[in-house]
Amino acid sequence: MFSKNTQAIIYNFKPNAVQRMLDFDYLCQRKTPSVAALVTAGSKGLHKAFFGSKEITLPIYPSIHDAAAMHPNADVMINFASFRSAYDSSKLALNEKTINTVVIIAEGIPENQARDLARMSKEKGKFIIGPATVGGIQAGAFKIANTAGTIENIITCKLHRPGSVGFVSKSGGLSNEMYNVLARTTDGLFEGIAVGGDSYPGSTLLENLLRFEKMPEVKMMVMLGELGGIDEYDVIEAKKKGKITKPLVAWVTGTCSGIFPTEVQFGHAGAKSNAEMETAQAKNAAMKEAGIIVPDSFEDFDDKIAETYNSLVKKGVLIPAKDSDPPKIPVDYAVALKSKMIRKPTSITCTISNDSGEELTYAGTQISEIIEKDYSLGDVISMLWFKKRLPAYASKFIEKVLIIAADHGPCVSGAHNAIVASKAGKDLVSSVASGMLTIGPRFGGAIDDAARYFKGAHDRGLTADEFVEEMKAKNIRIPGIGHRVKSAKNPDKRVELLKKYAKDNFPETKYLDFALQVEQETLKKANNLILNVDGCIGILFVDLMSSCKFSKEDTEEILSIGCLNGLFVLARSIGMIGHVLDQKRLKAPLYRHPYDDILFE
Amino acid sequence: MARRRIREYSAKKLLNRNSKCVQVTPETDLDDLAKKNPWLREAKLVVKPDMLFGKRGKNNLVLLDASFDDAKRFIMERMGSEIEINNVHGVLTHFIVEPFMPHEKEYYLSIVTARAHDLIRFSTAGGMSVEENWDKMKEFRIPVGTRPHREELKTILGVDDRTAEFISSTYQTFHDLDFSLIEFNPFTFDSDGNPFPLDCRGELDDTAEFKNYREWGALEFPKPFGKKLSPEEQFIEDMDHKSGSSLKLTILNPHGKIWTMVAGGGASVIYTDTIVDLGMAQEIANYGEYSGDPNTEETYQYAKTILDLATRDNDGKRRVLIIGGGVANFTDVANTFKGIIQALREYKDKIKTSKMRIFVRRGGPNYEAGLKMMKELGEELKIPIDVYGPDAHMTKIVPMAIDYVKGA
Repeated sequence: MFSKNTQAIIYNFKPNAVQRMLDFDYLCQRKTPSVAALVTAGSKGLHKAFFGSKEITLPIYPSIHDAAAMHPNADVMINFASFRSAYDSSKLALNEKTINTVVIIAEGIPENQARDLARMSKEKGKFIIGPATVGGIQAGAFKIANTAGTIENIITCKLHRPGSVGFVSKSGGLSNEMYNVLARTTDGLFEGIAVGGDSYPGSTLLENLLRFEKMPEVKMMVMLGELGGIDEYDVIEAKKKGKITKPLVAWVTGTCSGIFPTEVQFGHAGAKSNAEMETAQAKNAAMKEAGIIVPDSFEDFDDKIAETYNSLVKKGVLIPAKDSDPPKIPVDYAVALKSKMIRKPTSITCTISNDSGEELTYAGTQISEIIEKDYSLGDVISMLWFKKRLPAYASKFIEKVLIIAADHGPCVSGAHNAIVASKAGKDLVSSVASGMLTIGPRFGGAIDDAARYFKGAHDRGLTADEFVEEMKAKNIRIPGIGHRVKSAKNPDKRVELLKKYAKDNFPETKYLDFALQVEQETLKKANNLILNVDGCIGILFVDLMSSCKFSKEDTEEILSIGCLNGLFVLARSIGMIGHVLDQKRLKAPLYRHPYDDILFE
Repeated sequence: MARRRIREYSAKKLLNRNSKCVQVTPETDLDDLAKKNPWLREAKLVVKPDMLFGKRGKNNLVLLDASFDDAKRFIMERMGSEIEINNVHGVLTHFIVEPFMPHEKEYYLSIVTARAHDLIRFSTAGGMSVEENWDKMKEFRIPVGTRPHREELKTILGVDDRTAEFISSTYQTFHDLDFSLIEFNPFTFDSDGNPFPLDCRGELDDTAEFKNYREWGALEFPKPFGKKLSPEEQFIEDMDHKSGSSLKLTILNPHGKIWTMVAGGGASVIYTDTIVDLGMAQEIANYGEYSGDPNTEETYQYAKTILDLATRDNDGKRRVLIIGGGVANFTDVANTFKGIIQALREYKDKIKTSKMRIFVRRGGPNYEAGLKMMKELGEELKIPIDVYGPDAHMTKIVPMAIDYVKGA
């Protein structure tokens, strides 16, 4: 059934199980991977995995039929479907001509379904391992899914090379322990199968023993049964009829069931004894009577196995397999990193937030504290932008700026572009991005510049008229001064509000005071050369940083990396989202600019 | 789980939604019940406890041919009272009430599943003496994947049309609703010739719940009669329900001197087996297991619960705690030991004064680190901890533990 060339199709594959199979293959020095293909209902593509240190791809098919058709050599299907769907997928596999063995991992498949699958498999001359199993292993050849645990265990139990013992059990968990026993007492396992803990496994203890009976490499057999059910009696019958000739050492667990006052269901579905003959005691006694080698308790199971093995060696029936050193499996990067075997420089540094711990933090403060202690939006912005929580008046100022700059009607460049994009049928993100991309030196981008120039002039000790003259000499328009519509007679309400808030709440406003002196100078030249909203925001932000004791370096850095324009971007995104939603709700059609609004030359 | 017994009431209702029977629990208002089921006051009644134990007749727990008021009195007198059945003590909480059916003939019918077929057994000699008349039992096997033919049924079981019809429809429900056992012992026919089950036992395959949840409805799988959880068992059961891992605890003898804390369902059975096989069943204090990679907090709570129980009855006699397990597949042994070690530290004084010795055997991922931790803990706390790995046979520590308990 299995050999060093056996290949499997894996249904509902688990990446870890696939990798463990491939690692085992490498350990056994198989030429081809034991996994031929993967099936995930409705998807298609490639799965990457390691075969030794080499990375390989395994094809993923949308159906069992597709996988079987493309990989006629793969005659095993390992089914990882849940207990709800394992019946249907196993049936499909049994119907594929090329699939001869189906391994069903799921636990909790209804008995009626398990019995029906067993019937189908018999009618078709096929073989089922499971349900409710970890699978099985042919040492040095083929390993089903997660059987035998870690690589270290596989090597300790000598499973990377064939021994001489055939082992079958109900329990998957205990088969690992038994592989360990066999490695200590014999030359190791040839093939081991866990038929699964259900009442009606697809293949029985006996069916597997009869397979071992036919394998020339298997010289002796070991069986671990359990209380409940009558499957062990089939083995006894076969032994009595001479169908089992190889030495068989067997034990049925559950001899303790009599001490329980009320009925107990042990871990496995089938592990419940309903009648005297289903008890472990009755089965052990009957096995012994039939000539099977049965210990007095699990305690001397290993001795009985060793005795049987040694006598076969003595008789020359069994020539002990030689030990071999398997190749080393490269360590997985994640494992090596976790065990501190290796180190690696990081590619990205983050200093403002952290979601890698128990709880998300902003600037080192847990999100639960931020919510419970009622931090404001301004607090959060200052924590993520400046890595510290600002005093309440400053956080509130940030919020005022956001409110004032959130929108400025549909005519300004940003909102207009967002509206045009939305009318062209673009989605929300694209439309807002289209508006956002218009923010720059002429639209909304004067805040940083205003802050820089006014701060520079003030800090150098220039008077207002000296500053204006200097800018004129350099032929630079003073950023933050001037408005297309508003004037000294028709002041911008937004600027009035911000100035008032700062005057009422900031400890000092020396930069604003300087800017207002500059405004007096520029107003002498034209009525609309007022301190505009961009300039006001930028300059007040410099006042804010100064009164919040930002260092000189921090302040300069903040102004140079575009932080203040960020305020405008953040604020205006609120308005732009609003405009796009507005257009969507209105089902506004495609916009075309009118000819009469364009001068053709 | 898999095959679970259900109450007679549940079985009857699943087999025939219209069957005349009612359930009485401590919450039931009997007069209200009679209003909704007028037949209760019109017919003569049968009352029985419905709690998964048999031999009710022999224990004077069946009331026959009773009026509603008699039935009411019978139930009120017994509801909530403790009785002993087959050496098990338990409190009566569930009764089934049905019409009393005078009858002469008692038939036997059972259906069970087997690997390759379902087995129908039928006998015209049902009732109390069914076992004496086992030679009259007729059997009919229905291979998996087939349906019984009515004519075949009639010939093989030797029944008439109405019985064949009853068996056939019962079998249909048995199969469709994933029963693993149905037994009518006995059933009869009423004066109109309709089949009437007098006593009924049923077992369902509970793994089929996902396909039958509509038909099964609000079905209850009762615990075996008399199974009452101690606060510690309840605590572990609650933890088990909340966890993705498996944590089980049954206390068998609180004064027992051999306590076990074994990883894995299969291994825990073998440890308990070995103690029994070595003749120390009477000293087994508990049965339990932890598996499925429980986290440190869970193993800590589990170990603490067991240590608390194990050191409680300080009668000056020696005792042992067996921290056993096979070679784990993927469970990180050192990790699960961390929680156990935390509990051992907490109970170090009680461990000493109660003369407890600890035996450890485990293998699997990271077992070297786990065993080393245990060894060092023993030295640090000055409590005797014997530690073995996968090169020792899994149950090697059992005879060692027994020797210690037996020593003076």
